[in-house]
Amino acid sequence: MAEGVAVKEAKELTVVKGVTCPFCGVTCDDLEVHVVDGKIKDVKNACVLGKDTFMHHLEGWATPRIKGKPATIDECIEAAAEILAKAKYPLIYGLDSTELNAQRKAIELAELIGANIDHTSSVCHAPSLQAVQTVGISSCTVGEVKNRADLIIFWGCNPAEAHPRHPSRYSVTAKGLFTPKGKKDRMVINVDVRPTPTTRMADAFIQVKPNSDYEVFSALELNRFTKFQCAPMRGHGNVVGMAQVLTWQTGYPFAVNMSRGYPRFNPGEYSVADLLAHREVDAALIVAGDAIGNFPAKMAEHLQSIPLIAIDPKESGTTKVATVVIPTAQAGIAAGGMAYRMDHIPLVMKKVVDSPYPSDREVLERILAKVSSMKNGGNGAPSPASKGRG
Amino acid sequence: MGSSLKIVGGEVYDPANGINGAVKEIYVQDGKIVEACREPSGVIDATNLVVMPGGVDIHTHIASSAVNAARGFRPEDHRHGLIAKKPGIRSGVGFTVPSTFATGYLYTKMGYTTVMEAANAPIGVRHTHEELIDTPILDKGLYILMGNNEFILKYLKAGEMEKVKRYVAWLIRSLKGYGIKLVNPGGVEQWKYGKDVEGLDDKVYYFDVTPRQILKALAWTNESLGLPHPIHLHANRLGIPNNYLTTLETMHALEGFRLHMAHIQFHSYGGENWGGFCSKAAEVAEYINTHPHITTDIGQVVFGDATTITADGPWQYRLYKLSKNKWYNQDVEVETGCGIVPYVYREKNYVNAIQWAIGLELFLLIQDPWRVSLSTDHPNGGAFIFYPWVIKLLMDKEFRSEMLKRVHKRVLSDTTLPNLDREYTLSEIAIITRAGPARALGLTRKGHLGVGADADITIYLKDSDREQMFEHPIYVLKDGVVVLREGELVGSRDGKLLFVVPPDVGEMDPEFKTEFENFYTIEYENFPIDAEDIPNREAIPAGASR
Ligand code: SF4
Ligand SMILES: [Zn+2]
Repeated sequence: MAEGVAVKEAKELTVVKGVTCPFCGVTCDDLEVHVVDGKIKDVKNACVLGKDTFMHHLEGWATPRIKGKPATIDECIEAAAEILAKAKYPLIYGLDSTELNAQRKAIELAELIGANIDHTSSVCHAPSLQAVQTVGISSCTVGEVKNRADLIIFWGCNPAEAHPRHPSRYSVTAKGLFTPKGKKDRMVINVDVRPTPTTRMADAFIQVKPNSDYEVFSALELNRFTKFQCAPMRGHGNVVGMAQVLTWQTGYPFAVNMSRGYPRFNPGEYSVADLLAHREVDAALIVAGDAIGNFPAKMAEHLQSIPLIAIDPKESGTTKVATVVIPTAQAGIAAGGMAYRMDHIPLVMKKVVDSPYPSDREVLERILAKVSSMKNGGNGAPSPASKGRG
Repeated sequence: MGSSLKIVGGEVYDPANGINGAVKEIYVQDGKIVEACREPSGVIDATNLVVMPGGVDIHTHIASSAVNAARGFRPEDHRHGLIAKKPGIRSGVGFTVPSTFATGYLYTKMGYTTVMEAANAPIGVRHTHEELIDTPILDKGLYILMGNNEFILKYLKAGEMEKVKRYVAWLIRSLKGYGIKLVNPGGVEQWKYGKDVEGLDDKVYYFDVTPRQILKALAWTNESLGLPHPIHLHANRLGIPNNYLTTLETMHALEGFRLHMAHIQFHSYGGENWGGFCSKAAEVAEYINTHPHITTDIGQVVFGDATTITADGPWQYRLYKLSKNKWYNQDVEVETGCGIVPYVYREKNYVNAIQWAIGLELFLLIQDPWRVSLSTDHPNGGAFIFYPWVIKLLMDKEFRSEMLKRVHKRVLSDTTLPNLDREYTLSEIAIITRAGPARALGLTRKGHLGVGADADITIYLKDSDREQMFEHPIYVLKDGVVVLREGELVGSRDGKLLFVVPPDVGEMDPEFKTEFENFYTIEYENFPIDAEDIPNREAIPAGASR
């Protein structure tokens, strides 16, 4: 591009409308991002968490390196592929803060190398996913809440802090078809083991003892008396999308093992916590999610003792100790794609600025291609299918 | 120069072109059937084999938010069918709710190459496309749920038919859909209050319109947009004793319009209550026989495991109460609902056995095979992988008699099935599994082997055991490429999305954006799906307004 053109464009303000926020499962798609000279200058309509995500997306960027030494992205991809091609029982984990196509590639990679693949649902929402598998659930999309709900119970969740725009967009002050007066048309109850900032929004607060988690079951039974719905407040980033695509490609929402060449599901055996606690995995790839920073010491310890690859836009507890660090363009800001809302509704995330780094998807695609040719002896011949037939 | 191929020596069943078992050469070039090609790069010797167009499924549930919820909620189902990765073949699991890759492979292994996903909430269509992209080999289309759409109900209440028409065209265009689906029109909106509609003239709360009005409005809209397929209807009162009266009333109300009655087996029940549950197949078949505006698929019950998945929320709640199995419900803003309940059909259970018999009675009593499509309403009546078993039941009277000895004995006394001697011919099977559904869908390049057709071809080994024959094709060609040989998948490829481009009937009103955003939870501009997001696709133009 001619320099003159670049200078001319430099001062121009571009307003990107209808931008989807990648930060939480409320998945607001009404953000307005102001971009000047390829840099984000302002974000409208977002909550503090969402706005920070965009405004500070350049802070704490990871750098490409191998065993702590600076390297090129190409070298990092090569090193990552070598680790994964050699591994006997690897783990692929994280995947909540990225977009659908990167998640797809991660599953394909897991299949190719016979890995265990798991994501953050496994350590936070696994009990509710398993409750659904046992008894079911009666639920709805958030628009049903907005249009119809006249009684809201926030049970053991704290949207005021974790999902800040849920109350205004969907559940408390939101105005809909049969709730034209918003908050005035609703009774809001908060049930929790202790008061939280959400309690201030509620008309009543009910304090319960810890570990009385039967809301899923009781909501089903409440349908005998009136229409009752139960909606898990899921969603850091696009964790719901990961559960969705893993389910449609393998049949299972989390804790999937591909070591026999077909998917197997066994939480308690193939979930990240167990694989690490039992020191079973011999290499790990963590994509767009911090493992070390969030895990108990014992799990983190094993991760540090094996070859560890981190693909992430930002430095984290995991990148600090990883063997290979591959920085990427942040999904939803510097890379486009798709994200799922907490109620399983997909929304397109836009790329609003460029990044010097490739997207998660591109990195995974390149690792996949490398591993594939390493497994085929580099001669393009198909790999023996024996592993899958065992 | 593209690839070309000649299939020689095969007994060809191509009922759309009047070919009924003649030995005939088929030429393929660049994925299409051609008159002839000079030096074909490949030859398939089909001597003593049967050649048919690839199968077309007019009604199945293989990809949607609802189907995926069923997968996630039924891990126990997946252990019945494991598919290991092979070069070029992805792994998966499969049975009543197979994973996406498995779905593509399992249909292909059965000789089917085109399928229609039958129920999609508009806001979930983006999700369905993503699943369909991951469903290999098959060409696919999707129907959009509209029978409980609150915009349509609102326009109807105000008597604004032109707005209904513009809105429907906008939905299909924005979402890359194939046709209009109605599920329990009015009843699913009622379910948002925990209720249902009792009949065609019951009023829907707040909107004050009746199922009859919704049916007529959408049938009229469908015709005036000239959509290739009739409205695709899951009628009111599915699964309930005495619902045949509603079924007859519905078909009667829509005389003058084309109408596809989905899974009609589930709508042909008599009896005042479950104790008196009985077959009304003869009455329903009689109506269809005398009314050419109707096409139907059966929704045959297959014994064993099923997963019931439907937008019919109130019915699923009833089934949950009846079966005491687990229950998944998801109400969808503005549009519809969804319910899922695992179910087992048992040979010795009176109701299940009668349901099984009703499906077969309908197959055998409806005279014109062109208006009947084979379906199990997968996975509601059972998994699609059992189509070959259903074909055997239709072609083999002796096999039916054996089954009659096994099922609940009242099937013998309470249905006409024991007296029905009809056996489907190979040509009739070719009609109900490919030529007929393709015609009902208005897919002019599917379901036949005439010049210009897509070269989707299935070749079977003739076997007096018809289940064996149809379960294990020898070859399957998709777009002229061999994807299955000697019963083994030899390669995968992407199938395409078939979507209808409705005529331009004007833009939505400027205030629609505001209304949309008042009642939905996403931005108006973020709702439509870019065609570019679907890598493989083929636009099917709508015809003239009727
Ligand atoms: S509520 Fe969640 S999705 Fe919405 S702006 Fe805040 S962080 Fe982003
Ligand atoms: Zn159906």
